[in-house]
Amino acid sequence: MNIYADNAATTKMSKAAIEAMLPYMDEIYGNPSSLHSVGQRANEALADARMRIATLLNCEPREITFTSGGSEADNQALISAAKLGERVGKKHIISTAFEHHAVLHTLDKLGKMGFEITLLDVPENGLITPEEVEAAIRPDTCLVSVMYANNEIGTVQPITEIGAVCRAHGVLFHTDAVQAAGHLHIDIKAQNIDMLSLSAHKFHGPKGIGVLYSKKGILLSNVIEGGAQERGKRAGTENLPAIMGMAAALEEACHSIDEHAAHLIPLRNKLIDGLAQIPHSILNGDKDKRLPSNVHFCFEGIEGESLLLLLDDKGICASSGSACTSGSLDPSHVLLAIGRPHEIAHGSLRLSLSEDVTEEEVDYMIQAVTDVVTYLRNMSPVWRELTSGKSEFIIK
Amino acid sequence: MALYSEKVMDHFRNPRNVGVIENADGVGKVGNAKCGDIMEIYLKIDNDIITDAKFETFGCGSAIASSSMATEMIKGKPVSEAAQLTNKAVTEALDGLPPQKIHCSVLAEEAIKKALDDYYQKNGESK
Repeated sequence: MNIYADNAATTKMSKAAIEAMLPYMDEIYGNPSSLHSVGQRANEALADARMRIATLLNCEPREITFTSGGSEADNQALISAAKLGERVGKKHIISTAFEHHAVLHTLDKLGKMGFEITLLDVPENGLITPEEVEAAIRPDTCLVSVMYANNEIGTVQPITEIGAVCRAHGVLFHTDAVQAAGHLHIDIKAQNIDMLSLSAHKFHGPKGIGVLYSKKGILLSNVIEGGAQERGKRAGTENLPAIMGMAAALEEACHSIDEHAAHLIPLRNKLIDGLAQIPHSILNGDKDKRLPSNVHFCFEGIEGESLLLLLDDKGICASSGSACTSGSLDPSHVLLAIGRPHEIAHGSLRLSLSEDVTEEEVDYMIQAVTDVVTYLRNMSPVWRELTSGKSEFIIK
Repeated sequence: MALYSEKVMDHFRNPRNVGVIENADGVGKVGNAKCGDIMEIYLKIDNDIITDAKFETFGCGSAIASSSMATEMIKGKPVSEAAQLTNKAVTEALDGLPPQKIHCSVLAEEAIKKALDDYYQKNGESK
């Protein structure tokens, strides 16, 4: 059996997205900035895609800036809001300890430029509260950035309420909606969002394309200088095939959000319940307020990379937050943020399901993970010490 | 290119010498769970010859493969020869490791040295 359960990393492109891209490679291949008819046809398509995406998000087309993806959108949103704050002497930014690195590393850079950064603590359930945000707001706060859904543990933040708190205090609110777009409903106006980032390849669109929404009146600072594309705020010839693919993918995804959730949630819960049967395992993140596709566990006494390699041998593609898979000596900052100790965070597993996952596949995953965890524990000196009572279990 | 060589994957998928030796003549444990790697090596030694070696490892694929390969390399060898085993030799025997995984082979070398130290100590000898 082959199961791709790493959809939070990237997704397979949909047929609709691929087909939407093709004409813009060899037929309508003009540069939207060109005056001739080939260019103008491309320009019309660009305007059409911008309008369709704006309609899906409930905003104005001119509030959409096409970027190379979620990371660029996050960078530009934060840098723009910081510069606007600086002009009026506001140099305090609030975010959370479990944001994506595109946000955290940009905040590090702003910190070095003299901004004061408050990273909110994340409780064990992985849910930030509007009260926590409100308590951190100061007279000199210029921006709050809280992700819509966490990329590792999948918890869904109360962004509408957080947005309302920000609005009441006159502070800009940015949300990294990379994991949410196409999977959870987005309504820019109703959700009090000033800036939002999304990335097409997380909802079956192409890689290398994304959107920065920024509310009318928010002056964007360029991250990429050059030509006058995107109202002069993002230089570079527009990646029209990718933009057309993204528009088609977002339409398809947004129209099926409820249907997909209705299919996924019972299967996700079955997978959670099945893996919870493994002794000394723990679910990361709130069980209900999480993405319909996300299952995230820690298993005591084993290490995540060997778990992934053996699951791959059984045809399951998954991901882990262990140090060996993070490319650094520390395990996932998200797991550390919700209070998992290093030893536990190394033994983590993320299964992010695709919308067409079947019950048979869920049953197979439960069995495969149970078998591999048991196998690895049987060769683990940590596990032997735990079971012989020489050391104490952290996960009861 | 795959992350690991075929040799590493073979020793990871089919690790040799997994287990514990009761009343071992030498035991060596290195690493810590916080960093994500622990290796424990057990030696059975007769007349200064390593007659059996076993290991238990908590860690990534290359940590398990390094333990497996290192125990294979010292089995049947005199302790003096086993004491000369280097992480480089383990890495070479595995047809290489990615740069960020070399420390796994270092752990294997250290675990064996520690097990031999334990053996020397139990026998009241110094190296």
